[in-house]
Amino acid sequence: MYQADGGRAPPVEVRALRKMYGEVVAVDGIGFSLQAGTITALLGGNGAGKTTTIAMLMGLVVPTSGDVRVFGADMARERHKVLHRMNFESPYVDVPMRLTVRQNLEVFGRLYGVRDLRGRIGEVAQELRLTDLLDRPYGKLSAGQKTRVSLAKALVNAPELLLLDEPTASLDPDTADWVRSRLEDYRQTHAATVVLASHNMSEVERLAGRVIMLEKGRIIADETPQALIGRFGRTNLEEVFLAIARRGADDAELRS
Amino acid sequence: MSGASTSRLRAQVGPTASAGRIWGMVLRYWYVIRSSWPRTAELIYWPLVQMLMWGFLQIYLAQTTSFAGKAAGLFIGGVLLWDILVRSQLGFAVAFLEEIWSRNLGHLMMSPLRPTELVTALTIVSLVKLLVAMVPVALLAYLFFDFNVLSLGIAFAAFFANLVIMSWSLGLVSTGVVLRWGLGAESFAWLIAFVFLPLSCVYYPVTTLPGWLQPVALALPPTYVFEGLRAIVLNGAFDAQLMVKAFVLNLIYFALGFAAFAYFLHRARVQGSLVQMGE
Repeated sequence: MYQADGGRAPPVEVRALRKMYGEVVAVDGIGFSLQAGTITALLGGNGAGKTTTIAMLMGLVVPTSGDVRVFGADMARERHKVLHRMNFESPYVDVPMRLTVRQNLEVFGRLYGVRDLRGRIGEVAQELRLTDLLDRPYGKLSAGQKTRVSLAKALVNAPELLLLDEPTASLDPDTADWVRSRLEDYRQTHAATVVLASHNMSEVERLAGRVIMLEKGRIIADETPQALIGRFGRTNLEEVFLAIARRGADDAELRS
Repeated sequence: MSGASTSRLRAQVGPTASAGRIWGMVLRYWYVIRSSWPRTAELIYWPLVQMLMWGFLQIYLAQTTSFAGKAAGLFIGGVLLWDILVRSQLGFAVAFLEEIWSRNLGHLMMSPLRPTELVTALTIVSLVKLLVAMVPVALLAYLFFDFNVLSLGIAFAAFFANLVIMSWSLGLVSTGVVLRWGLGAESFAWLIAFVFLPLSCVYYPVTTLPGWLQPVALALPPTYVFEGLRAIVLNGAFDAQLMVKAFVLNLIYFALGFAAFAYFLHRARVQGSLVQMGE
């Protein structure tokens, strides 16, 4: 396995990252570094810059200035050195509908260069309760089943860095809770680093050890959920999110 | 979730991994073809309709004009070769469009799949689709109209190679345009080859075109293929030089096509359009 960093650089390092689409500033000079084996939530309202930030973490969007390094590799120039160590899951990006679950996992397993692919597919299928669905077309599954398949696709290469965009959106509370448990398990057993974008604050409170809150492309808070709740004198993260969303973007206290 | 042993989960790298990714993409498109018989039928439908129409037209003309009688195979050969260009380009472009229709492009672009590997997979898939479409049609031409494309021998191999390489160049440009401008430019992928129908002189010699248009026609590789077909049908002579010219032009077109694809992909990453297409 290629190690751009010799295994020493932080999984993610973002410096002075800025992205402009024409005159619109989507991300405005943000910087952060993630430690291995942690779950960090990227929060913010619509248009805050979460999706653009995640896209730049994956090398899908080229920054206007600043840089993103994943395992030491510059994602604007050398992302192919580390992409096999990452993966991504979002209910808003489908896998091919006509392919069966097994065919999809086989295709993505090959794209990620997974060894013993058959064994690995059996393993993730068992872990995510997909064994009985393996030969059914993805397009004929329920929303909850599709989410589990997307998660299986994201875990098929046992990524060291997992990027999740609202992983439990459109799931019923029971299934969502089950998915969160699987994600916690995965992080623990694989010492994986997880970046989570979510609008579900209870999910963030449960999973994330750190919250990076974005507004208009800038980081306005970066601390643990508990610290954030305490600083605002609220009882949960949802109330904090609402308080922040209803304040001006230039609040000096938040930027401290 | 249990942890699997690290060595077993370590990803493959190097040429083996690259071949695996190409094979993965070929499998992905093969599974789509296999999953839907209407799609397979669609591959054969238009070439079949074209062949029947031009075949019967040629029979009619052969009965009423002496030239058409002498030039049996001119229309059928032309339509067969033209369909190789069109079907191969569409096979390439439509395989790529599948990714956008199925909202899967985002997953591919953030996977370790490299642009050269994607292009290699698309060329292989275009060949597979071409075989699925053209073998029954070539058989029909032989059975109904007594035109055996294989009787062209080495010439057919040269015609085939030049047309397929040109179709890949067009496929690269058209998919690049869709990458950059999204599904709004989808019709470009469907129609790009047809610009070359009048200019490549499929059914008439280059000299038929007005003088100012002839250099344009001669700058296109397919023109040499169709001139070569006419030379065989009318004079029984295979002009290898025409094929060499076509091949040299094709190398230039393919290089330009790949450069355009790479440029449009880069622009899509700068403009963020890959994210929008993936969702």
